[in-house]
Amino acid sequence: MNSKQNWQEFFIPRLIKACGYSAIVFVALIFFFLLREGLPTLVEVPLKALLDPRWYPIEEHFGILPLISGSLLVTVGAMLVAMPFGIGTAVFISEIAPRWVREILKPLIELLGGLPSVMLGFLGILVLAPFLRVFLNLPTGLTALAGSLLLGAIAVPTVVSIAEDALDAVPRGYREGAWALGATKWQTIWRVTLPAAKSGVLTAVMLGIGRSIGETMTVMMVTGNAPVLAVKLNSIFSPVRTMTATIAAEMGEVASGSVHYRVLFFIGIVLFLISLIVNISASAVIFRSKKRAERILS
Amino acid sequence: MKAFSINRHIVQRLGFSFLTLITTLTFVPVVWVILYIINKGAPAISWEFISGFPHDGMRAGGILPAIVGTIYLTLGTAIFSVPLGIGAAIYLSEYAADNTLTRLIRLAIINLAGIPSVVYGLFGLGLFVIFLNFGTSILAASLTLSIMTLPVIISTAEEALRSVPQAFRTVSISMGGTQWQTIRRIVLPEALPGIITGVILGLERAAGETAPILFTGAAFFLPRLPHSPFDATMALPYHLFVISTQVPEMPVQIQYGTALVLLTFVVIMNLTATFIRSRARAKRQW
Repeated sequence: MNSKQNWQEFFIPRLIKACGYSAIVFVALIFFFLLREGLPTLVEVPLKALLDPRWYPIEEHFGILPLISGSLLVTVGAMLVAMPFGIGTAVFISEIAPRWVREILKPLIELLGGLPSVMLGFLGILVLAPFLRVFLNLPTGLTALAGSLLLGAIAVPTVVSIAEDALDAVPRGYREGAWALGATKWQTIWRVTLPAAKSGVLTAVMLGIGRSIGETMTVMMVTGNAPVLAVKLNSIFSPVRTMTATIAAEMGEVASGSVHYRVLFFIGIVLFLISLIVNISASAVIFRSKKRAERILS
Repeated sequence: MKAFSINRHIVQRLGFSFLTLITTLTFVPVVWVILYIINKGAPAISWEFISGFPHDGMRAGGILPAIVGTIYLTLGTAIFSVPLGIGAAIYLSEYAADNTLTRLIRLAIINLAGIPSVVYGLFGLGLFVIFLNFGTSILAASLTLSIMTLPVIISTAEEALRSVPQAFRTVSISMGGTQWQTIRRIVLPEALPGIITGVILGLERAAGETAPILFTGAAFFLPRLPHSPFDATMALPYHLFVISTQVPEMPVQIQYGTALVLLTFVVIMNLTATFIRSRARAKRQW
């Protein structure tokens, strides 16, 4: 061993270790800087004002409820699209499709996942919104519905890839057992494979929700950006505004350090915490089911 | 009994048809979007469009500064996220013990992957633009994008490293190789195609993102190309956003042309990644 090697053996593992820890550092940094810029909101704006049903920053109405309701409405709509299509496609790819079809569909799903959201928003403005306006006879096509449809398309790749992994992970013996008992392929899918992959599918749906609630450009471009409290069922046919779109649309125009600026960061904290909860509980589901599987197999 | 068995086969046939229909309905729009943008955007593409500067309030001319900006941002992102991401992947696959700290790292990576892109933008604004005083710049935007890209690179690179059989490591160590020599000479080369695939997929995401660069480095319009990492820059996704929402009476052809150039970027990166992966799979002998 020469000294150069010694040096490498000492230095490089430490460097690699530091890279490994960096993920924790970044999450902490992100949270810290959101808090640093956003937390003063709670001092400058009374809690009651944040629960105001109006978001109209120019007149100091900082009610974030309309934005939260907009995000929830669009996300629920997106999941109504993404769940059947995502899970259905995952089952098709993993259980039914012949190999060559799978080899075509999987890269295509990846491509859909890689399409820039700004491009889908652009097509939403030019193609989808005018179509919805004429088809449903609405005053404008830029509605929660348009946002939900496009967000659904954005969430589908997330749902498909995770649900498909979960289905793939179901041991082949489970299926063979069901077939040996005379079950058809369809019965096996419904009563054996899907129930066995239940927790993975649930994770897929949760991460899809996380993806939808955090999506920014598409919703900003197609939902019409009207900050009204969406409580009625037919709100889906009217314009709404989400938390993400509000930050993206307004942050460029506020003075750094102003109350408005602080409230936008505060909304960022809310989004950060939502994504934290969604992701931690999604990984808790995976972790628990892994433990159960180990118990069964041992 | 016979009736029952026919019945359930009919159910199966109906069920399979239904799933085929659902899958078709999922994929037809993807293919349609791509063909539609190619069809509508192709007439706008010319040498002048690719190599010229926008003029007349962006309603005419080319999109060169946006193309160059996106290349700068993608390269800038790669400089930070590739070494860090591969390093973290090596740590998780080769060094990390199965303990609470490692689980915490994994949880952090999952969370990084889930944080909304606009929140990354806020973070970049708070840390890089304001606190570190980089200003609205390529540097600040690249750093923001690289943290966002990190989880994609880490998880795909780790998977590639883990798929190298344990025996390869055992043999190298038993021949007197140190752990770092084993990783560098044996494990990394074997895992390289998988790692490159992950890197490209991560950078593809960075190239198409708008929200993280909105307040960290994107410029509405620049009459020249950026000179240093501390300049703001135009970028394709942001430019598409600007010309489809902020500029009145924008010619549709330029919008579709810009969308097509952006799509070309993404598709080329995607196809490269898919190609490298499938070729490596075909060549693999273990």
